[in-house]
Amino acid sequence: MSWYLATPLVLPFLTAVLSFLLRMGPAGRWISVGGNVLLLLAAAALMQQVLREGVIAGQMGQWAAPFGITLVADLLGAVMVVITAITALAVSVYALSDIGERAEYLGYHALFNVLIGGVVGAFLTGDLFNLYVWFEVMLISSFGLLVLGGRREQIDGGVKYVTLNLISTILFLAGVGLLYGMTGTLNMADLARTVPQLENQGLVTVVAVMFMIAFGVKAAVFPLFFWLPAAYHTPAFSVSAVFAGLLTKVGVYALIRMFTLVFNGDVGFTHDILLWVAALTMITGVLGAAAQNDIRKILSFHIVSQIGYMILGLALLTPLAVAGAVFYLVHHIIVKANLFLVGGVVERLTGSTELPKIGGLYKSAPLLAVLFLIPAFSLAGFPPLSGFWAKYVLVAASLEVEAWVLAGVALVVGLLTIYSMTKIWAEAFWKAHPEGIDPVMSRVPRAQMRPLLLPIAALAALTLVIGFFPEPFVVFAERAAAQLLDPSAYLAAVLGGDA
Amino acid sequence: MEALLAITIGVLVAASVYLMLARNVLRFIFGLVLISNAANLTIFTAGRLTEGKPPLVPEGLDAPVGTVANALPQALVLTAIVIGFGLFAFALVLVFRAYTSLGTLNSDEMRVAEPREDART
Repeated sequence: MSWYLATPLVLPFLTAVLSFLLRMGPAGRWISVGGNVLLLLAAAALMQQVLREGVIAGQMGQWAAPFGITLVADLLGAVMVVITAITALAVSVYALSDIGERAEYLGYHALFNVLIGGVVGAFLTGDLFNLYVWFEVMLISSFGLLVLGGRREQIDGGVKYVTLNLISTILFLAGVGLLYGMTGTLNMADLARTVPQLENQGLVTVVAVMFMIAFGVKAAVFPLFFWLPAAYHTPAFSVSAVFAGLLTKVGVYALIRMFTLVFNGDVGFTHDILLWVAALTMITGVLGAAAQNDIRKILSFHIVSQIGYMILGLALLTPLAVAGAVFYLVHHIIVKANLFLVGGVVERLTGSTELPKIGGLYKSAPLLAVLFLIPAFSLAGFPPLSGFWAKYVLVAASLEVEAWVLAGVALVVGLLTIYSMTKIWAEAFWKAHPEGIDPVMSRVPRAQMRPLLLPIAALAALTLVIGFFPEPFVVFAERAAAQLLDPSAYLAAVLGGDA
Repeated sequence: MEALLAITIGVLVAASVYLMLARNVLRFIFGLVLISNAANLTIFTAGRLTEGKPPLVPEGLDAPVGTVANALPQALVLTAIVIGFGLFAFALVLVFRAYTSLGTLNSDEMRVAEPREDART
């Protein structure tokens, strides 16, 4: 049984080693693609197993929980692994044409796959200290990817990204230490059992806030998000896309996991903070985006505002709201990674992503225009795309608990998102090129274009599928939410039947 | 002993926060090194201190006899030190590289990735 859990974890690291050894020539990039195809298969197998048997857990090295390191997959963990594999595959195909030989020689594919391994590990681990280790795996490889190539911009963005993320890591570590001091365990299921029995619940809340800040930095919530728009527009587009899709979402996942499983004793305090954070994150993100004139900077700020929606779902903590957060996570990863990939093609065709300098793409590249519209309108929440259903569930959940203001904020932010998306549309696609040049699709060779457009089209198709057939996805999200809010199945799977 | 360590941690954190508030990025990194050591000490102290009783298993037995020191926090701290070492090595090189290519260590002047509004026009 633990093979289902271990395979998606081992594959990325194996791929990383092989693609590093064979990084000269084209072998490395195809190993990366092949490895990610296998990862997707392994993730699908894991998903099928979780759907069939419920929560599955495996004890690494046969050390029984809570003493050993536990890997565990519930519905949320499994779906995150699947979506990670989809994103990784899409980006590794895109990288075939996006990443130059110089970056490949410096080990791009190895760093990329280690990053994916770290993300998968974070989603599958059932041990708090192990989560810290996966965060570090992710962090060090993302540092490498961010500054790979060493342009001045990258170094500049890198300094901010590295320093602020290291602070969050240290807070996380200190929180782990204090929690261990209080409970004597680091197994998340065991923590869920022991934390409510502690006498000093005030101290638990203090530690909860430490975790909230640590994961909040990773998830880029207000007021801790400033590293994100400083850095995400600087690296290669493949790197931007995988960062935008996955990295902040690991922070959101960690928040959801800890604040449904362990820190749910003083909901009136912690989740009220989260409500404020959610609203302010949505607003500041979308307003920040409105002020920007570069496609990638606009999209970076939109990551921040979209994170607010997911935190909103967590903060409301009703079954419908948490289901909305899960649905939003899945929808957002696909859409956001895709928009960054589209941005990469725009840069290829026009030489820039700064809106005043480009234009005329609708005339010369209508296919790209359509492929941009799908994720862009989905992000803004146009029916019947996936973003509409995600926002619909969250707004419905807010109205259900009579949080009128929050529902209003969510709707207004959706409206302002349309403003940013139409700005990109009007400037990059609709208006004529300022210097009268037509960016012609054929300027980029067909063989180079195919790996760029294929993943974009595939992710757009996925957005359409979720949009037109939301029913199974919503039902799935509701089941995942039910598992999160009633962790008895999780505890039983990890700790054995007596829990 | 716990009290002494707790005070030490407090002093370390205070010093590192002071360093990290500086605009000079190098000072910031030094602050980060200090605070990570404070975090490591926190874990160590949180695991309860036992003096002079190494957690060794006597020959022929399966478990240590009597009260021994908690070995788990030491393992955790060791892991954290190793990871921290790697990260700080990277951070130091990055700051050095920033100094050579941006020509400054002042974080206020690092505006290449986010140029000022008035400078753009």
